[in-house]
Amino acid sequence: MLDTIRQLFSSTRTSTPHSHADRLPRFEDHETQEKRYTTCYMCACRCGIEVTVEHERIRFIQGNRNHPVNRGVLCAKGNAGIMKQLAPGKLRNPLMRKPGTERGAGEFVEIEWDEALELLATRLRAIRATDPKKLAFFTGRDQMQALTGLWAQQFGTINWAAHGGFCSVNMAAGGLYSVGQSFWEFGDPDWERTRYFILWGVAEDHASNPIKIGIDTLKRRGGKFVAINPVRTGYQAVADEWVAIRPGTDGMLALSLCHVLLSRDLVDWEYLGRYTNAPFLVLDDPGQSDDGMIARDDDGNPLVWDAASGAFANGMTPGVEAALFGAYTLPDGRGCRTVMTHIAAKYLDERYAPARAAEVCGVPAETIERLALEMAHVAFRETIEVECEWTDWAGRRHERFIGRPVSMHAMRGISAHSNGFQTCRALHLLQVFLGTIDVPGGHRAKPPFPRHTPPAIRPAKDTAPDTPLSAPPLGFPTAPEDLVVDDSGQPLRIDKAYSWEAPLANHGLMHMVITNAVNGDPYPIDTLILFMANMAWNSTMNTGSVQDMLRARDEQGEYKLPFLVVVDAFHSETVNFADLVLPDTTYLERHDAISVLDRPISEPDAVCDAIRAPVLQPDRNVRPWQEVLVDLAGRLRFPAFVDEDGEPRYSGYTDFIARWEKAPGIGFLAGWRGADGETPIRGAPNPDQWQRYIDNECFFRHELPAHMRFYRFANRDYLRWARDVGFNPVDDPIVMELYSEPLQRFRQAGLGLYDGPLPPEGVDRERLVAYFDPLPDYYQPLEERYVDPDTYPFHAVTQRPMHMYHSWDSQNSWLRQITAQNVLFMNRARAETLGIEDQGWVWVESRNGRIRAQVSLMEGCEPNTVWTWNAIGKQAGAWGLDPEAPEARRAFLVNHLISELLPPDGERRQLTNSDPVTGQAAWYDLRVRISPCSAEEAGSSYPEFPQIRPLPGQEPSPPQVRYASHEPVRMHRKILDILTRKAP
Amino acid sequence: MKLGLVIDMDTCVGCQACVVACKQWNTSGTLGPLTDYTPYGESPGGVAFNRVRSYEVDVFPHSKTVNMPMSCMHCETAECVTVCPTGASYKREEDGIVLVDQDKCMGCNLCAWACPYGARELDEAEGTMKKCTLCVDRIYDELLPEADRQPACVLTCPTGARHFGDFDDPESGVSRLVRERGGQQSLPEMGYNPVNRYLPPRNRPHADQHRGSAPEGLAERLKGWLGLSVNR
Repeated sequence: MLDTIRQLFSSTRTSTPHSHADRLPRFEDHETQEKRYTTCYMCACRCGIEVTVEHERIRFIQGNRNHPVNRGVLCAKGNAGIMKQLAPGKLRNPLMRKPGTERGAGEFVEIEWDEALELLATRLRAIRATDPKKLAFFTGRDQMQALTGLWAQQFGTINWAAHGGFCSVNMAAGGLYSVGQSFWEFGDPDWERTRYFILWGVAEDHASNPIKIGIDTLKRRGGKFVAINPVRTGYQAVADEWVAIRPGTDGMLALSLCHVLLSRDLVDWEYLGRYTNAPFLVLDDPGQSDDGMIARDDDGNPLVWDAASGAFANGMTPGVEAALFGAYTLPDGRGCRTVMTHIAAKYLDERYAPARAAEVCGVPAETIERLALEMAHVAFRETIEVECEWTDWAGRRHERFIGRPVSMHAMRGISAHSNGFQTCRALHLLQVFLGTIDVPGGHRAKPPFPRHTPPAIRPAKDTAPDTPLSAPPLGFPTAPEDLVVDDSGQPLRIDKAYSWEAPLANHGLMHMVITNAVNGDPYPIDTLILFMANMAWNSTMNTGSVQDMLRARDEQGEYKLPFLVVVDAFHSETVNFADLVLPDTTYLERHDAISVLDRPISEPDAVCDAIRAPVLQPDRNVRPWQEVLVDLAGRLRFPAFVDEDGEPRYSGYTDFIARWEKAPGIGFLAGWRGADGETPIRGAPNPDQWQRYIDNECFFRHELPAHMRFYRFANRDYLRWARDVGFNPVDDPIVMELYSEPLQRFRQAGLGLYDGPLPPEGVDRERLVAYFDPLPDYYQPLEERYVDPDTYPFHAVTQRPMHMYHSWDSQNSWLRQITAQNVLFMNRARAETLGIEDQGWVWVESRNGRIRAQVSLMEGCEPNTVWTWNAIGKQAGAWGLDPEAPEARRAFLVNHLISELLPPDGERRQLTNSDPVTGQAAWYDLRVRISPCSAEEAGSSYPEFPQIRPLPGQEPSPPQVRYASHEPVRMHRKILDILTRKAP
Repeated sequence: MKLGLVIDMDTCVGCQACVVACKQWNTSGTLGPLTDYTPYGESPGGVAFNRVRSYEVDVFPHSKTVNMPMSCMHCETAECVTVCPTGASYKREEDGIVLVDQDKCMGCNLCAWACPYGARELDEAEGTMKKCTLCVDRIYDELLPEADRQPACVLTCPTGARHFGDFDDPESGVSRLVRERGGQQSLPEMGYNPVNRYLPPRNRPHADQHRGSAPEGLAERLKGWLGLSVNR
């Protein structure tokens, strides 16, 4: 009793009179807590995290201050990891569609792992022994493409890709065919030095935390931030200048900026002449197969005009005085002009003048002119120099690196249009005009980039029973011979990647797989494995019809897509359609290798990779997918996965990662190689490698010496080193290709002039001619050509909120408290002319269908654009959410409005609604009209889908959550203080 | 000491990292748990100490989007404390942090009515008022590495828009930021003298233009460029 009274009057339960801290209770019992490190996977950013665990519950997840990606900070998604662990929508057991029930009815029976894997292995074994391409394996938001690609190659199927075909292949391809690198994983703005930063089509991005850190770094130094985006959200909020561009017209803006720079002679000639193909000679031979090809000597070297000797010379001769302009006649009588002459002629044309671009882009001509001149000032009058001796590819010593501190970043708003590949090339042209690629203050490559333009990997074509592919399924075609088509020119891949319809489809066309497979076009398949890809809902075009296709049966009553395997950690809409469900773990429950062979996390100054190590043990009957892949590879006796006796070679995923070598000394993980763990990047396997990573907080960082940090496309020491460690096959300089000879080869094929395979159908010939301009080009997005702009006056685009970008967690309880319903945002003044009120309900119609949605009016929206948050809408009953959740009743998907096919046009076959160069899904090309809906219709979204059944044993989601990792330690105010109104 | 936050509206992009970091730390903190209501249901909600509000200023095309994280301002004249009928709310003498004694709070909501910043929320499951503690259970914890002895929202902020420190110390980081960047109080006219300050957007950086030579078309330009060569 006495103790209780004392306690009431004391300020804390454990008060001591000493220091300030001692007067507070001990809030945390650090002795029961343990800090474990791993890599976040709440999105694709791959930040390092420090997870404090007590009693096997998470106390706190914070950014790892030592980690190269996030340097201690963490976004909203990363902070919500606890609620991923607690999510009731997680799968608990392998599931099989209940025999005798319809696919999509959602009736499942639980099965054991051994049964599930043996069932799958039996099916796959039969496919592999007959026609391996009857297995299609496509992955969504994974970060293990090096493993899944190897698995597909060993299986022997060419039908493998990840989700890049509807994500960012235009950026990757545009960059790799131009400058040997690109944005995000390939290269970053030099945040520490840049003084002018232009952000194209990005409200939030893959590199969530690095961009935020970078914007802060730029602003602290007083650099200018220009945002080009139809919508002023996300990063646009803090931009110094917002340029409200019309969707799909960025290519025109970039090329108009180039026009201004050329018209005023504001171009880095030295840089263009030395490091790009600007001085190379292009053959003028109209009507002949060599027209538009680079003139070459007998050894295949590109020719330039040597102004010093007045003769043609090998353009790769060190010190040759290469003319940038001019028309010349070769000894054999053929005419030729320099690339730069073509560039000047094209972009100085009035077609690209600011006044003309203003009409296309909706950006005032004066703004275009001023932006170009501001960039030029920063590039050429605020030049920076980094004192450091370096040696170029020809052995010439330089005292310093010259830097032009203009940088850019670009992503979805560029990539998701059917002109995105050429637009991306236009951005790189602008960067090169200003001399900003891989220079101080500019756009810096991140090892293993830069690579040669394009990398020397060609996609696999041929398949044979029980035989691995002779090459990886994905690569970089440079000529029609590299296409994955048969002798009659028909596609060999199920997604028609690398066909005449999408020749440079470097990431495949995941959005076409279900449609093509169900149509048996080019052929039917047997089994589709989908990993972490919601293809029956928000990751597809045309959601309703895709669900119908998954249910479609042939005349014999068999499913047109015979067997669907879905691998996921959550009860997604696609899981509902699976014949077999393999439940995955969360990121906190598994090992992973974030490999330099795959999608690296390097920085411009350092080679980096990382691992995940389990922080918690799963409380469900689930297995990490990569573990399952290694297991299946052993069961199926893939050559790379069995020993001399034909027995599985690896005991599991970690054993495989530690011991497998791509080439001698090159494995998935670059850190602590060699038997003693002392060899970085290339060395013998180290059995202790995983532990070394764990000891180093789960990441590896190998800093490059100062002289290997810039101009790496021409930096001898870097190029030699990159060859030695296996990043590049050779140490030749990387010549940036402003003029793309590979594109010209395809265009020649379209013209019927190519000396090799030609497209059999007229529509492909026309498209090759129209879109394979060897110089960066602007053309109107394809869908807009079929759609009457008066009938469908609005562009409709989507983005994801920062707290859900690229996440698998819009059902996360802490994140859905922020956003559980999306609305259609419109420009206020424009909406008012249509009689549309704020928070009113409207019909949104496209050529493909209609949806009903609630509207929110805003100022920061280009008047011809409407937009919404993607992937908020859910099918009732999925993801562990209440069927009455706003996600199911009031939220909506625009996917219903988008077709995966372009409209029919006469007799010609229907074409994919994608970029005609890369096959990138053109989901930002959408055009819609908006009209108010009636009072009776308002209040719920349309279309409505049937409610998904609960899974076997699924518990109702809890009505309330009160999560804490320990009992709270409270602070108390003394009663005496209260009575005397005294502050404690 | 006068502890509080400085929030930089020049770099806040409204990413919600601070909101969720706050929730994450404090649900297992001294005022935890922070109850989540119908977390998977019709109207998901829950107790939060920090919320980001977004506004638009001006009209298209001059509109500006402003993100404003709001949490307890730890006012010097804390009306929420004055109105508390049980004495559960108090402002600490030594550092100015405003707290609520959970055992004495009866959840009457008077403090929430008194607070113009929306900083106080009723935990319906516990029947008590909860609010930002400035992570009092982190900032004095000497068993944490020194760099970690900051509120969770400050630690996590990806754009470095949040700063924590002692406003009584004129040389502290927060005092210097307020001086150099013209830090403002929110709703000063209410007279509560909030400690937290907001840094207004920086002046737009001046960008000079390089006008090059007078613009010319292709024919004139080519005349000048013929003969241009570069040593490769």
